[in-house]
Order: sequence, then C-alpha cells, then structure tokens
Amino acid sequence: MSRKRRRLLWLGAALFALGSASALGLSALNDTLVFFYSPSEMETKHLQPGQIVRIGGLVEKGSLATSAEGQVSFRVTDLRRTIPVIYRGVLPDLFREGQGVVAQGSLGGDGVFTATQVLAKHDEKYMPPEVAAALKKSGRWQEGAEAAQ
Amino acid sequence: MIAELGLYALILAALVSLLQGTVPLIGAARRRLAWMVFADHAALVQLALVALAFGCLVAVFVTSDFSVRLVAANSHSLNPMLYKIAGAWGNHEGSLLLWVLILAVFGAAVACFGNGLPATLKARVLAVQGLIGLGFHAFMLTTSNPFARLDPAPLDGNELNPLLQDPGLAFHPPMLYLGYVGLSVSYAFAVAALIEGRVDPAWARWVRPWTLAAWTALTAGIALGSWWSYYELGWGGWWFWDPVENASFMPWLMATALLHSATVVEKRDALKSWTILLAIIAFGLSLMGTFLVRSGVLTSVHAFASDPSRGLFVLMLLTIGIGGALVLFAIRAPALAGGGLFQPISREGALLLNNILLSSAAATVFLGTLYPLFLDIAGGGTVSVGPPYYQSTFVPIMVPLIVAAAAGPFLGWKRGDLLGAMQRLWLAALAAFVALLLTLWLRGIAIGPAIGMGLAAWLGCATLVEWAERVKLLRASARESLRRARNLPRAAYGMSLAHLGLAVLIAGVTASSAWKEERVLRMKAGDSTEIAGQVITLQSVDPVVGPNYTAMQAHFVTRRGADLEPQRRSYWVQGTTTTEAAIRSNGVADLYAVIGEGNGAEGWVVRLYHQPLVPWIWAGALLMVMGGLLSLADRRLRVVVPRRTAAAETARA
Repeated sequence: MSRKRRRLLWLGAALFALGSASALGLSALNDTLVFFYSPSEMETKHLQPGQIVRIGGLVEKGSLATSAEGQVSFRVTDLRRTIPVIYRGVLPDLFREGQGVVAQGSLGGDGVFTATQVLAKHDEKYMPPEVAAALKKSGRWQEGAEAAQ
Repeated sequence: MIAELGLYALILAALVSLLQGTVPLIGAARRRLAWMVFADHAALVQLALVALAFGCLVAVFVTSDFSVRLVAANSHSLNPMLYKIAGAWGNHEGSLLLWVLILAVFGAAVACFGNGLPATLKARVLAVQGLIGLGFHAFMLTTSNPFARLDPAPLDGNELNPLLQDPGLAFHPPMLYLGYVGLSVSYAFAVAALIEGRVDPAWARWVRPWTLAAWTALTAGIALGSWWSYYELGWGGWWFWDPVENASFMPWLMATALLHSATVVEKRDALKSWTILLAIIAFGLSLMGTFLVRSGVLTSVHAFASDPSRGLFVLMLLTIGIGGALVLFAIRAPALAGGGLFQPISREGALLLNNILLSSAAATVFLGTLYPLFLDIAGGGTVSVGPPYYQSTFVPIMVPLIVAAAAGPFLGWKRGDLLGAMQRLWLAALAAFVALLLTLWLRGIAIGPAIGMGLAAWLGCATLVEWAERVKLLRASARESLRRARNLPRAAYGMSLAHLGLAVLIAGVTASSAWKEERVLRMKAGDSTEIAGQVITLQSVDPVVGPNYTAMQAHFVTRRGADLEPQRRSYWVQGTTTTEAAIRSNGVADLYAVIGEGNGAEGWVVRLYHQPLVPWIWAGALLMVMGGLLSLADRRLRVVVPRRTAAAETARA
C-alpha cells in the first residue's frame, strides 16, 4: 500500500467514526431533547400526556405544602399563569418561595405537573436564564425581580 | 496598601508578558541569541511578579480586609482559615489570578529546565506562553480586577458560598487549572513547532511529560469535583452531564488522545501533524470551557455569577488563540515531513484508533453541550440535553475504545499480529465472558450493565496479563520475574495502572448507574426502614453548632451497628442551607443518607441511597492519577535526560 492510499484509508476511518458519531448524536438529540416552557406557554402547547418537559418560573409565595408521605406540592408562576406541581423527594437547598425554579417532569390530564427533578441554583442571587426570559415574555420582569426579593 | 501592591505587580506582569511575547519571537526569527535568552529572564520575572500578586491576594483574604471588594463578597471573619485562603480562588477574579500564576510557574519551569531545547524552539515556546499570559492579564485587568476596592468598606464580608466550604472543593479548582494550563504548554510547544516548521522525536519527548502532567492534574481535578458533588449536593449522583462538567471533560478526552498520539511521535516519528492539531484543539477546548463557565450562556447547576462582557473577552481570546493557531497549522502542516510507516494492525494503528474514538466521543459531548445554545440562537426554543442523550451517544463509542485499549498493548510497533494478540488475550476474553454471565445471572436480564461489567473484566484482566507477560510471571523463576518487574520502566507501570484504573472505574460507573436504590420517605425518631436488605433506624435529630453555621443532625443506625450522621446546615451569614450527606462505605457499596426539612412532630424528609461500587469510581480515578504520576517519574521523561541527549545531539551536529 502506498503512503497516500494508507493515509486515505485512515482518513476514511476517521470520517466514518466522526460521521457515525454525529449521526448517533443527532438522532439521539431528537429523542432526548427536553423543551423548556413557561407556565403561559404550557397552556398554548398541547403536550402529549407523559411528554417530559421543563417548566420554569417563580415559586408562588405561600404555595409550598408537604404531605405526610413526604410529597411536596407548590405552584410555579410567571405571574400570569400558574401551574401546580407535585414532587416526591428532598427539595434542593436553594429552593425558596418567591424565587426562581426549574422543574422537569410531565403534565398530567388533571393539569397537575408531576416533577421528577427540581432544580434551583448554587447561587441564590442567580436567576435561571430561562426563568428570567419567561418573566420577560410575560411582561412581568420588573415585578418578578421584586417578588424574588 | 497590600491590595495596591498586588495590582501594581499585576500591571508590571502584564507589561513583562508583552515583552516576553514579542522580543524572543523577533530574536528567533533574526537569530539573535540575546533576544532569545531574554525569554528566560522574562519568564522568571513574570513568575516573581504574579506570585507577589497572588501572595497579596491571599494576604488580604487571610487578614479579612473587607475594603477589597472581592474579600467582602467571598469571605467572612468567621470563616475557618482554610476557607479564607480557599476563598482567594473560589471566585471568578481570584481563580483567574490562580490561572495566570500556574501559567507563570510552568513558563518558569520551561525556562529553567529547558536548556536542552534548541534555542529558537525554547524562545518561541516561551513567547507563545507570554502571549497567552498577556491575553489573560488583559482579561483580568480590564474586566475582573481582583484588587478593586470597596468604599465604604463593610464591617464584615458576605462569606464564601457555603457549598464551596468543603475540603474537596478547596482543592478542586487548583487541580483543574493545573490541567487546563498544562495543556497551554502543549499548545505553546505545538505553535512553536509550527513556527519552526519541524517536529522531531525530541519535540515529542518534551511535549509528552507536559501533557502527562496536565492529564494527571485534570483527572484528579475532575474526580475531586465529581466526589464533591456526590457528597455535598446530596442528590446521590456523581456526574450529571452538566455543561460545566462537560467543559472539563472535553479537554480531558482530548488530552487523553494527545497523550497517546505523542507516544507515537516519540517512538515512531509518525502522526506529527495530527498530534499538533490535537494539542491545539485540547487547549482550545479548555479555553472554551472557561468561556462556557464564565459567560453564563448555558444553564448549568454550577452557574457562576456571570457577566456577558467577560464571556465576550474569552470568546475573543479563543478566536485569536485557536483561530490563529489553526491558520498557522493550515499553512505549515503540509510541510511537516511524514515519519515512519505502519500497517493498520499495529501499535500505532491501535493508538490512532484510540485517537479517532476519543475525538468522536469528544465531538458527541461537544454537540450535546452546545446544541441548546445553537438552537436558542436559531430561535428554536429553549431546550436542555440530559443524560439520556449521552447514554445513547457517548457510551456506545466507549465500547470499541475499551475493546481496543485492552488489545493495543499486545500489538507490536509497525506491524502487529492480531491473531497472536487474540490468542494471548484468551484469559481476558474468558474473564469478560464470566463477568457478563455472572451479571446476567445475579442481576437479571439487562444487556447494558452486563456488557459494562464484561468490558471492565476484559480490560482489567488484559492489563494484568500484559504485565505478567512482561515480567514472565510463572514462565521464569520467581527471582527472574522479580528482577524483570523491578527493571520494567516506570512508564510501563504507569500505563498498566491507568488502564487498570479505567477498568475499575468502568465497573463502578456501570454498577452505580444500573443498580442504585433510592428511598424517599418521612421518618420520625425511632422509625425504621429498609433499603437493599439493610434495616436502618432514625434514632434522633439534634441541633449542632459549627464555626459559622447551625445544623440539624440526624443519627441513623443500621442493624449492623454503623452510624450515619447527615446534617442540614444553615449558614448564618448568607442564610443558605446546605446538605451534608452521610456516607458509610464498605468498599463495595455506599450507604448514603440525607436529611431534608421537617420537625419533631411530623417527622423529617429522609432520602436514603444504596450505591453499589461507587467507591470503585474514586479508586479507579486514584489509580489513573497514580499511573500518571508514576509515568511522570520515569527516568526517560525526566527533564534532565532529554537535556543531556539533546545537548549531545547538538554537539554532534
């Protein structure tokens, strides 16, 4: 085999590996992407039951309740629409009423969002960018900033 | 006063790095020795100035000088001393200064120990380092001055983020930076070689130890960060495929590839331009990691308090540094003479396969990390890419990589004997098969975990067999084997240890992701529950007081008499709550307990995990780090030896 052909062979192998990796990646992206919606957007998107999405907004003040079995319920709001959320598990340390939160899970037929994961951030001064964008979209950004105080 | 001294030193250091980045380059082009030697002095002065600045920063933290904005924002008079010091780099500005300090240390090391390098190459390496330093100095002085004053000074500070008040995290950033900055040395060598227009085995002998050091530090840094998130976040996980984790993982993948391809350049004088390209990409990815973390363009659980102008600056550095290097590469690489030929089935072929697979893996991680950003810019909505994506892309690429990693060391250089290698691997194949069947039998029909355990057994066993063959274990007398074992180069042991560590790590990762058990419930004092066959009782929940926090501490007892005392801490200053998980490990599995909110009357929310083989993840990472260190200590890699041989070569020339 000449040097040129050998190099071509390796190049082909590399391209094949890279190509199949990206094909694998793009097809996996299709199946595993999780979209983010604000409570207002949730109303207009007609989600299939069981579809995993993320919702984000502020935790409505006074909405946090814990049942005897350790199930937590609270409401997520973008100050225009509100979605009730239930979650089984320990809430993150920075979870607070009136502050930003992102929850991942699915919307049930009864309009209650069952979260499998609740994210709050390391830094409590930090507002998740999606939440800020959702509040800006609902035109309540200023009030949102106040509500977070 | 101290702060001003530090700032002054920083400005001087920036000016020195400007000189270091230009004068030696011109000197090397015009063959003026004095101008080239100037680089050595500049590198040493640079180190002295940056060390002074860093010392000043630590000093203002230790003395709690709250008139410095950074101290006020990240420290508190009540913080324990370790966290006052760690506070100096537990924030954006301070960590940049640490970055520059490590860069200066490495620059001075090249200046001191690089006497064996050709004068022009050394001058150019130091100049490129000077230019990198200049970029970061400019970044720091224009957007993130660590010594900015605050007027009026507050009475006390805002304390270091309580989550960061942890020994694991105090050492995580310096380790990670050692790795990132170590890659900058490989990058500097690559760019200098491109300017020189030649790459020879001597060049690889120099690049390999630096890459190895960077790889070792990066491995340790990532493992420390993962360990920290395991016990400090209280989520029971150790890797979340979070953008910031990926940002450190991509350079690691490329550094691993670089490590293997540099071996080929050193031993066989082949794959030169590819190795250069890898060095550029590896450093590019670590710069990109910095950009992702500091700019806040991606949502991440880490989320540094971020600032778009900083992101823009890093993006600019990235464009100039990597774009420039790639243009240089495009111009100069075709002129690099090709080296030794090899058959596809050979040690070189196996190492090249390793490189292709690692690069593809890095590409999938890159796609997953940046896709949300692309989609957002394109107006496609806000999305997140989670673990399922990586499980269906990254993991399948790892399978052939592990298969090849076991077989590679059995192949000869230049032309390997695949059939012979396969015959020598029968024991490993048997071990893999047994592990696979055993997993299916013990844990039920699930093909993924069975393959994972099989691969771990395959790689681990093959690595041991390879070592046994080298020392002729059981084939020669015990004394002969011992003599051979003693004479085996340390680099060989380094490779064996690192591969063994990888096998142990794979077993840990597989088992902990497949068979983790979780129980969330509400418990009162005296209640018992059961997890993974163990009965565990909550005996009491009591308040305890720490140096700067109060905590509710639960006391769990298992039937076997092990105690677990998780805490839920409230830090006084920031009013934040952190979770301190209690972990009881027996080497094979961790029992992991977290206490949430609650009270005596209604009970406490409790989260319990049984995590099989998680300790093996840390053990595997430790083995890899030890392998790296051992390899670094190899006589052939000692900086003194290349100096001597290179000096001999020049004498001969």
